[in-house]
Amino acid sequence: MPVIEARGLRKTFDTTIALDGINLQVEEGRILGLIGPNGAGKTTALNAILGLTSYQGELSVLGRDPWRQRNELMLDVCFISDVAVLPRWMRVSQALDYVAGVHPRFDRAKAESFLAKTTIGRNSRIRTLSKGMVTQLHLALVMAIDARLLVLDEPTLGLDILFRKQFYDSLLNDYFDRNRTILVTTHQVEEIQNVLTDVMFIDRGRIVFACSMDQVESGYSEVMMNPEKVAAARMLKPISERQSFGRTILLFDGVDRQQLGGFGEVRTPSIADLFVAIVGNQSGETRGAAV
Amino acid sequence: MNSESSAMPESLGRQQVTAAAMASTRPFYWSLRRELWEFRSIYLAPLVAAAVILSAFMLSSFAGIWEPALRLDPDSAKIAEPYNFVALLLMGTTFLVAIFYCLDALYGERRDRSILFWKSLPVSDVTAVLAKGAIPLVVLPLITFMITAVTQWIMLLWSSMILSASGHSVAALWNHVPLFHIWAMLLYHLIAVHSLWYAPFFGWFLLVSAWARRAPFLWAVLPPFVVGFFERIAFRTTHFVSMLSHRFAGGHESAPFPASGMSIDHLMHVNVGEFLTRPGLWIGLGITAVFLAGAVQLRRYRGPI
Repeated sequence: MPVIEARGLRKTFDTTIALDGINLQVEEGRILGLIGPNGAGKTTALNAILGLTSYQGELSVLGRDPWRQRNELMLDVCFISDVAVLPRWMRVSQALDYVAGVHPRFDRAKAESFLAKTTIGRNSRIRTLSKGMVTQLHLALVMAIDARLLVLDEPTLGLDILFRKQFYDSLLNDYFDRNRTILVTTHQVEEIQNVLTDVMFIDRGRIVFACSMDQVESGYSEVMMNPEKVAAARMLKPISERQSFGRTILLFDGVDRQQLGGFGEVRTPSIADLFVAIVGNQSGETRGAAV
Repeated sequence: MNSESSAMPESLGRQQVTAAAMASTRPFYWSLRRELWEFRSIYLAPLVAAAVILSAFMLSSFAGIWEPALRLDPDSAKIAEPYNFVALLLMGTTFLVAIFYCLDALYGERRDRSILFWKSLPVSDVTAVLAKGAIPLVVLPLITFMITAVTQWIMLLWSSMILSASGHSVAALWNHVPLFHIWAMLLYHLIAVHSLWYAPFFGWFLLVSAWARRAPFLWAVLPPFVVGFFERIAFRTTHFVSMLSHRFAGGHESAPFPASGMSIDHLMHVNVGEFLTRPGLWIGLGITAVFLAGAVQLRRYRGPI
């Protein structure tokens, strides 16, 4: 059974269409990156999955209807929606007490041992912690919950590079296993490229691209062209073409790498470049900013 | 709580039973504690009020203001007066605390976006709203009772000490201040009026708190005024306003108001049967239930502001 399954998922706000009939399926043990420009519908999709917003169409998360069964679903799902959501008035010890009190799958010792590696004081109020520490605390709480699906919406926004790196390292080393599934949205695509097993692009409320990272590696190639061979390479119908340091870079979908080897330097494209190639061809200004 | 968690690693069946019990009561218990952590004024405000009045009372005994009454008791009401005053002041304090608590309870969590954190945990909107409703309806009346009772007890002890120190008998004092009757009356009054009879007020404030995008106080207070004025101008009647003031005044002439003096006579007049058969009581509770159900739905649909 897929962890998340959506068919024809729609959500409209007054006049705008946030989700325009999304179909998606996420299997267990995957780390899926949901990438899209601002206003593409990422957060709406996550909110629907988390039971925070109503929707039309079919959606099942761990076999449950998130809108009708949010509190049961939250036994198996954790989310960090934005670093700012931990209540500022709360003390660290109160946060631990509260989650231990209401969540039957919370392992307090685990959260404590994770916190012991940080400089967060048990008695501090959350408002006195730095942004990075709040994220560490939230992550400590979430990682100590034996959940099956973890949803992260811009979890590392506004953190410095050290915290961001540490965040994903902890997630991979201390949390993730084959029985868990992680769904993450972020603008810092390059940093999580190696973390993801699957990637999905969303644009204007539609899924425009869905692929495993293995498929990206085997199917897509980026060639930094030898200048004299550009014309010949164009015959192979690259999906995008850009200039970098005076050299032409072509991106190919499903063209044999050996064949491309003759044109120049072949490598696997980054998610960011792939995103620009697939999503960003029209109206560049808003798109470019998103990646 | 501890016994429950230590009983966990047993057979699977037992585990399911404890899990089921946990699913219903533990989230509610922790939601209540959460409210007390966040809104410390729930107990700090009445404590401060009690401390202020207690120190004023002690000072007054040195100044000799109560002394004639203590010594000669020509007028028994005068002896009981400060005790009633304490009860009144503390009830007024906690009533204000209740109103401001209700206005912030479902509004503040949306404004600071912490609602996303609360909703990421397996606590239903019903549990969350009921826990918030329990603060003005159950917790605050109980806190008011306990703090008032302790304050009155200290006052009586203090007066007795002063009296015996100056060589007077304390019997007259204890006769005129029948603490247990005062406490029984107070508890009855708090449950009947402050909890059950005022419930629609708190329900309304919670509903507005769940609904308003800004200025919940104005949204809670202005519409009743508008309705009142509208009625006055359109129909030249004042049913709505008089209904509200009737509700606020405690409902009935026979409503037990300890402010008018607490004595054994008054205890005799408390008519529980009459109170429980008032249609107004049950209509009010019905309206409260509707308001709370609305607040639950709003909490479900409304995201952070």
